[in-house]
Amino acid sequence: MKPAVFWSSLVAALIAGLVFTEVGQNDYYFNAAYVVLQALIMAVAWNILGGFTGYVNFGSAGFFAVGAYTTIALNKAFGLPLPLLIAAAALVCGLIGLGVGYLTLRLKGVYFAIATLAMAIVIETLVNNWAYVGGAKGSYMLTPETHLWFDSYIKMLFMVMLALALASVAVSRALSSSRLGRGLAAIRDDEVAAECSGVPTLRLKLVSTTVMGAMMGVAGAPYPFFVTFVDPVSAFNLFIAVNSIAMPMIGGTAHWSGPVLGALLVGTAQELITVTISSELNVLLVGIMLVLFITLAPQGIVGLARKYLGRRLR
Amino acid sequence: MVSVDLFTNAVVAGLLLGGFYAAVAIGLAITFGQLDIVNIAHPAFVIVGSYIAYIVNTRLGLDPVLAGLLATPFFFIVGALVYRVYYAAFERTGQESLSGLAFFFGVMFIIEVVLILVYGVDYRLVSAVYTVGTLSFGFVDLPLRMLVPFVVSIALTGAIWLYLSRTFMGRAIQAVAQDRLALQLMGADPVRIKQFAFGLGIATAAIAGSLLIIIGPVEPSVGRQYIGRIFAIVVLGGMGSIQGMFIAALILGIVESLVTTFVGPSWAPAVAFGVLLLTLGLRPSGLFGRQ
Amino acid sequence: MSDVLLRVTNLSKRFGGFVALENVALDVAAGERLGLIGPNGSGKTTLINCISGALLNDEGTIVFEGRDITRLPPYRRARLGVARSFQIPKPFASMTVLENLRVPLEYAARARVERRRVADEAMRVLELVGLKERANEQSAGLTQVDMRKLELARALAAKPRLLISDEAMAGLSGSEVDEVLPILFKLNQSGITIIMIEHIMQAVMRFSQRVVCLDAGRIICEGAPDQIVRDPGVQRAYLGA
Repeated sequence: MKPAVFWSSLVAALIAGLVFTEVGQNDYYFNAAYVVLQALIMAVAWNILGGFTGYVNFGSAGFFAVGAYTTIALNKAFGLPLPLLIAAAALVCGLIGLGVGYLTLRLKGVYFAIATLAMAIVIETLVNNWAYVGGAKGSYMLTPETHLWFDSYIKMLFMVMLALALASVAVSRALSSSRLGRGLAAIRDDEVAAECSGVPTLRLKLVSTTVMGAMMGVAGAPYPFFVTFVDPVSAFNLFIAVNSIAMPMIGGTAHWSGPVLGALLVGTAQELITVTISSELNVLLVGIMLVLFITLAPQGIVGLARKYLGRRLR
Repeated sequence: MVSVDLFTNAVVAGLLLGGFYAAVAIGLAITFGQLDIVNIAHPAFVIVGSYIAYIVNTRLGLDPVLAGLLATPFFFIVGALVYRVYYAAFERTGQESLSGLAFFFGVMFIIEVVLILVYGVDYRLVSAVYTVGTLSFGFVDLPLRMLVPFVVSIALTGAIWLYLSRTFMGRAIQAVAQDRLALQLMGADPVRIKQFAFGLGIATAAIAGSLLIIIGPVEPSVGRQYIGRIFAIVVLGGMGSIQGMFIAALILGIVESLVTTFVGPSWAPAVAFGVLLLTLGLRPSGLFGRQ
Repeated sequence: MSDVLLRVTNLSKRFGGFVALENVALDVAAGERLGLIGPNGSGKTTLINCISGALLNDEGTIVFEGRDITRLPPYRRARLGVARSFQIPKPFASMTVLENLRVPLEYAARARVERRRVADEAMRVLELVGLKERANEQSAGLTQVDMRKLELARALAAKPRLLISDEAMAGLSGSEVDEVLPILFKLNQSGITIIMIEHIMQAVMRFSQRVVCLDAGRIICEGAPDQIVRDPGVQRAYLGA
């Protein structure tokens, strides 16, 4: 996709969002859109380490929850405005990504994956025992008064998420088409050959986990304001981790557009199913789709499209 | 000052618990330790085993351990089928790492959700002669609901260990991860051996599940706590070593019990993963692992 | 006497109780064509793994262009000019042939190649090995011979001073060997020192100026190709006592 097309699409999406906030009456749509955008950021982030670099992360919920809890803790302590909270979440989660990576990336990919699950559970246990943020009982967040020029708070949150989602897509695209991205792809294809071709594999993998961690933290930072009640069970929910893997795998992991497509399709489908049938069924469907796509179409929808259309997206 | 009573009981409870953990981990010791297949869904199969024991126990009044034993052939078949799919989709094409992991993750998730859809999130229990009652030796308490699973677990571990080291098939399983070519030259089909081994691993889940629900009530998400435990046990024990796995299980059980008693039960989930991370960081080959 | 490009001293490598390499000493002169032979399991691949950094040796030193590289990770050695091709080709399967070369050009050879020249350089290398027509094909679908050429091309794209070719011609037919061998000669003429590991004796003999023979982790013989072939120790190693 040529840069001109890409950037004008981003701007168009931003403008469309703004228009929507002016025109839209029913808050439900903004709620649903928030959920889908949150999932999109998580999917894009996951794919940076999963699709681009080839290392599976099962602990997405851990990063997400730390982002949320950073907001809770800092808001309680200092009452910081949202942009600073997002920045703080990015910093904290980026550091955690770096730390976990440093400890485990020198081992085989399998052990890394298990270690990410370990990290998520260890952090969940720590949060469960941290009374300041509510521990196991959870924490309430009061909706702030200010919502700038928007009619309602949820509309403002929606725009914030939209901006963050577009930014994450831009970062992901820039990464994939850069020298760094090519190094990551080499690591994914054959780590030993990459190392012998001069790629500093450990360093690049650490960059990958740090960026992924930071992005997931950013996705989680506004969450407390969205749900108003946060507890470890909901923040560290396994479903978040499954979605962050399923959406890129369904959309296609090799290209930056895959997780976007996956998140939009699967996220929208999930909202529809939850509303029309039930939320448990929705969850089951995601699991089944994940398994089906992994076994039958591992390149995802984007991969299938490439094969059958023969075009190459750039 | 720590009281001797409390400490001893914590250690004893840990031993019993650890022995039981071995029953849960042994399936993974086979599928991951011998075959290098990261079956992260194993605890989910164990939970299914628990629910089957629950159904058989409440409807037919059968002893849970017996129920578990009866269920093993079905679990074996399911395991073989799952391996078939895994092989066709991943092993044959060499895609094991990324997709194989995500596959089992998806399977685990599906199992859990189906259980929730069918049985809800209520805790389920079984009742048998030994689910209540305690043997006491001085100040040491041995609850029967822990002792019976401990004994069955030892029997199970011993049986598997004997099988792997004494029978042809067992040794073929040990060989298959290490030297496919030699195996093929001997006329054995590595794929069928792996299929058998995977089925065997899942079959142990039937028994482990029945033991789990004897020890305590079960609901669908309980399986997740065991992911960390069994991986910690298999990695700490060393890939490919059943004896190592058993010892690692005992160690983990004792550490968890001590943490629960002296620090707090809400810290218990972190213990297994803490042990795992430490092992991976300090001595990835484990206590008795092959190189 | 030309400069010593690579000096390996006292190199030993053990795997548990098994001694893969023992006290190996080797000097490679700049511009030299060195053949490394030995029966299976003699330690040839272990030796080049130690030189390229994929394995860390237990004892001994490796000095390249006067610099001690013994403890450097593989990517640093690649940047300094040590390149190797793999016995079983390891292409970057999701990339085209051309994209495969971008990686070493942008990483190992970064200091030696300007950014905007990368694509041109990649095409130049492909032309050298005879893969120019396949530049935009997926690397995963290449024939065996072309995969070997890609391996060499990728090692070459790292702009090395030392190229270690690990059985680049294993399993190739006579005519295919005749395709690959001249490439190696050309590379050497352009100033690249080459260590060739091969089982195909006629290739080693034609190519090498000097041959070193390994057996059971030790160097048992060293000299001109025709000398080596007649050495009783070498014959014993290959044919048995």
